[in-house]
Amino acid sequence: MAEEKIIDLMGISKSYDGNIVLDNFNLYIRKNEFLTLLGPSGCGKTTTLRIIGGFENADSGKVIFEGKDISTIPPHKRQLNTVFQKYSLFPHMNIEENIAFGLKVKKMDKQFIKDKVKYALKLVNLEGFEKRSINSLSGGQQQRIAIARAIVNEPRVLLLDEPLGALDLKLRQDMQYELKRLQRELGITFIYVTHDQEEALTMSDTIVVMNKGKIQQIGTPEDIYNEPKNAFVADFIGESNLFDATMLQDELVEIFGVKYPCVDKNFGINTPVDVVIRPEDVNLVDPTDGITTGTVTSAIFKGVHYEMTVDSFGVEWLIHSTKLSQTGTEVGINVKPFDIQIMYKPKGEDAEAVMLDE
Amino acid sequence: MVKRFFERFYVLIIFVLLYAPIAILFVLSFNASKSRAKWGGFTFKWYGELFHNSDIMSALYTTLIIAVLSATIATIIGTVAAMSIHNSRKLPKMVLMNATYIPILNPEIVTGISLMLFFIMFKINLGFITILLGHIIFNVPYVILNVLPKLRQLNKHTFEAALDLGATPTEAFFKVMLPELLPGIITGFLLSFTFSLDDFVITYFVKGAGINTLSTKIYSEVRKGIKPEMYALSSIMFLTILVLLLIVNKRSEKQEKKAAVKG
Repeated sequence: MAEEKIIDLMGISKSYDGNIVLDNFNLYIRKNEFLTLLGPSGCGKTTTLRIIGGFENADSGKVIFEGKDISTIPPHKRQLNTVFQKYSLFPHMNIEENIAFGLKVKKMDKQFIKDKVKYALKLVNLEGFEKRSINSLSGGQQQRIAIARAIVNEPRVLLLDEPLGALDLKLRQDMQYELKRLQRELGITFIYVTHDQEEALTMSDTIVVMNKGKIQQIGTPEDIYNEPKNAFVADFIGESNLFDATMLQDELVEIFGVKYPCVDKNFGINTPVDVVIRPEDVNLVDPTDGITTGTVTSAIFKGVHYEMTVDSFGVEWLIHSTKLSQTGTEVGINVKPFDIQIMYKPKGEDAEAVMLDE
Repeated sequence: MVKRFFERFYVLIIFVLLYAPIAILFVLSFNASKSRAKWGGFTFKWYGELFHNSDIMSALYTTLIIAVLSATIATIIGTVAAMSIHNSRKLPKMVLMNATYIPILNPEIVTGISLMLFFIMFKINLGFITILLGHIIFNVPYVILNVLPKLRQLNKHTFEAALDLGATPTEAFFKVMLPELLPGIITGFLLSFTFSLDDFVITYFVKGAGINTLSTKIYSEVRKGIKPEMYALSSIMFLTILVLLLIVNKRSEKQEKKAAVKG
C-alpha cells in the first residue's frame, strides 16, 4: 500500500471544563484507506473526528491535510465531508435539493448538478428518488441520502460519525458491505467512528482502538483481534478470557498455578503479565488429556457455536466450540502455545487508560 | 344519552355566557337608535361615521404602525434571543427562560407602571417611541417561546451539516436554519401583532398626552359617554383579532400534524 499520508494529527490535545478528552494525540491517515476509530463512548473518537472536520478546535496540536496545516481553517473551507450520526438532512428540502446543496453553494452549473445528483443516487441504490420528501424515507434510506449528499462533493476524505448507529441489525450489516463497496468504487479515504467492534472488524483497513483520549493500539483488524497489545484492547474487541498470570521464563507462563507452554520470549523471569485467550482457541478434551481440568457450568446454543463456561478450581473459562459438552461434565482444558497472547501489565499513568470500563 | 345531552348543554351555556356580551355589542353597533334598550332598525351609519372621524382614524393609523413595527422588531430580537438561549449551557439557560416567563406572568399594570417610571427617570418623552418600546418589550417573550420549540426540533448537527457542505455561516443560517424556524417565527410575529393591537394597560401608562391607539381612544371616548361609533369600532377590533387568532391556531394545528408525521 502506498504510504502517502493524507491527514496527519500532531500532538492534538482537547479538554472540556477540565476533563481531558484527547491527550497529545498523534495519528496519521493514509490515502484511500478505511480507517476506524473504535472505542467506548467518551473515549474521544467523535471529538477527533470533529477536530478533523473543523467543528471543534484543538487546544493544542496541528491538523495537517495534504501537507498543509488546516488547524484554523473553518469547516466550510475544508475539502472534507461528514456523514453525521442522525443524518442531519434538511427537512424542508426534497432529496434532490438535499444532495445538490453543496454543489449549489459552490455555484456549479445546473445540468452538472443534475447529472451529479443522478449519479450519486445511483451509487447509493436510490435511483429515481429525486422528488421524494425526506419524511417519506426509512432510516436506512435517509442514511444513504446523507452519504450521497456528502460524496457528491467529491471530498478527498469522508468522515463518518457512527452512521449506522440508528439502524437495526440486519440493515446495519447490509450497509457495512455497501459502505465498503462505496469506498472501493470511489477510491477516497474514509474515517469511520464507531463503538461497534464487529463493524470495525468488517470494514476497516486500519483500526485505531482508543480509550480515555489515548490510542491503545493501531493495526489491521487481524492484528487487533489476534494480538491485542493490552488487556483493554483484548477485552473490547471480541470476547476473551483475560487472566492475571506470571511469565516464569521464556515460553512458559503460569496461570493460577497451572503452567502453560507459550511462544513468547524476552519478558524476563517471574514477570507479572496479562494473558488473553480467545474462547474459540480453548479446546475441551478428555480430563486426562488436559493441561488443567474443570466442570462445565453452563452451555448455551448460539447458532454457529455453543458458548460454555467451565469452572476450573475457581477460575472461570469462556469457551466457544461447535461440539457441546453438557453442563456438569468433567472436562480437560487445552490451549495451543501460539493461542496464548501475553501482554505487559500497564504501568503508572497508562494503567488508568486501560482500566476496563465495566 | 341524557348524560350526553347535559354535557352539550353545559358547553353551550359556557359559550353563551362567554360570547353574549360581545354579541350584544355587535348587535348594538348596527342599531339605528342611540338607545341601548330599543331597536331602531338596521344601519351602517355608525361604521360610516367611524371612518369619517379623523381622531379615530389617526388612532387606527398609530395602532397599525405600532403593531407592525413592534411585531417586526420583537420578532427579530426574539429569534436571535431564542437561538442564544438554545445554545447556552444549563444554568444560564434556566435563568434566561425564567426571565422570559416573568414578563408574561407579570400583571400588565405592573409592567405599565414600571415602564412609565423607567422612561420618566431616563427623561425619555412619553409618546410614540415609548409606546413602541413598551410593545416590543412585552412581545419579545412570545416570539422566544414560539421559536424555541422549533430549535429543539432541529437536529443539532443541521447547521454543521450545511457548513460541512461548503456553506458559509451566513448562508447556512439563511438557507437551512431560517426555513426550519420560519413557522415558529411567523406564529410569533402574528401573536405579537395581535397583542400589540389588543393592548390597553401598558399603552395607557406609557403613551403620554396627544397620542392615542384605538384602545386608549375608546377608553377616553367612553368616559365622555358612550357613542354607538364605539360599538362599531370595538366590533371591528374584535373581528380583526378573532381572525388573527384563527390564523395562528390553524398554523399551529398544521405544524402539530406535520410534527406527528415526522415523529
